[in-house]
Amino acid sequence: MKELSLHLLDVAKNSVTAGARHVDISLEEDPQGWLTVSIRDDGRGMAPEFLARVTDPFTTTRTTRKVGLGLPLYRLTAEQTGGSLDIRSQVGRGTTVTARFQRRHLDCPPLGDLPGTVAMLIQGSPDIEFTYRHTTPNGAVELSTAELRDILGEDVSLAEPEIFAWIQDYLTEQEEQAAVDIDPAAMIEGEIT
Amino acid sequence: MKSLEELKAIREKMKRQMDVRESDENTIRVLVGMATCGIAAGARPVLSAFLDEVDRRGLTNVSVSQTGCIGVCRLEPVAEVFVPGEEKVTYVHLTPDKVPAIVEQHLVNHNVVTDYTIGAAE
Repeated sequence: MKELSLHLLDVAKNSVTAGARHVDISLEEDPQGWLTVSIRDDGRGMAPEFLARVTDPFTTTRTTRKVGLGLPLYRLTAEQTGGSLDIRSQVGRGTTVTARFQRRHLDCPPLGDLPGTVAMLIQGSPDIEFTYRHTTPNGAVELSTAELRDILGEDVSLAEPEIFAWIQDYLTEQEEQAAVDIDPAAMIEGEIT
Repeated sequence: MKSLEELKAIREKMKRQMDVRESDENTIRVLVGMATCGIAAGARPVLSAFLDEVDRRGLTNVSVSQTGCIGVCRLEPVAEVFVPGEEKVTYVHLTPDKVPAIVEQHLVNHNVVTDYTIGAAE
């Protein structure tokens, strides 16, 4: 995974698989370079014993193979920047995955294509209600599929290619305004924690 | 700037298109594998390329959707094409630049792009 947005896509897809009806995605960047990414869903949740080993690469819900690399790689990526991964879950209530990254750390991947990622999540699961919020010291980007659905009505699906293109372009414009440039001179080197 | 007003205009246009759409049984389906293996191998721009190309050509008889792991992680990014009445075709090792040829030759003209299929790769 070369971008944080690819991890985001991968982890949020777990919420879809878990039968969530609502998925809230939040990214918060502070002036010190810390990025907190939170994905909260109301899916089926995990039992404590499964939760305890969910970042073990040899733990998966799949029956076709015995490895699941999404969350282990996500945790590794966060920890490589001096950050962390926290997962809270309750059976029948849902799951919240929160990761912290130090964006100034040399090992922190770029954010990547956030608009494409969010547009793709919505396109792939048009019946799920998504909210997306990305706040930075320069501004905020927000999108709610409930608001889009109010405009589009029941007849026009959020999976339509033209709607996908609009969401992607809309978010790209917003993200460009809120973007934070990382000063190469301020990059931090550090050991893997 | 993109605005919600623009979305309203798209809605009106799409509602008019829906009146002339073919029925579901004639819909060509494209499924792109979007599990961890697919995402890591580059499935996101491939899916985006399919959506862009279908939108650009105004193909109202094609649905593009996402699926989990198709089972051949080493061949990702993978897409399956289902044309009604024809055998399923699996395309492998996809990149965005291969997508326009698949859309034009297979989805529009019903000629499989053999070079990109799993049969050619294995």
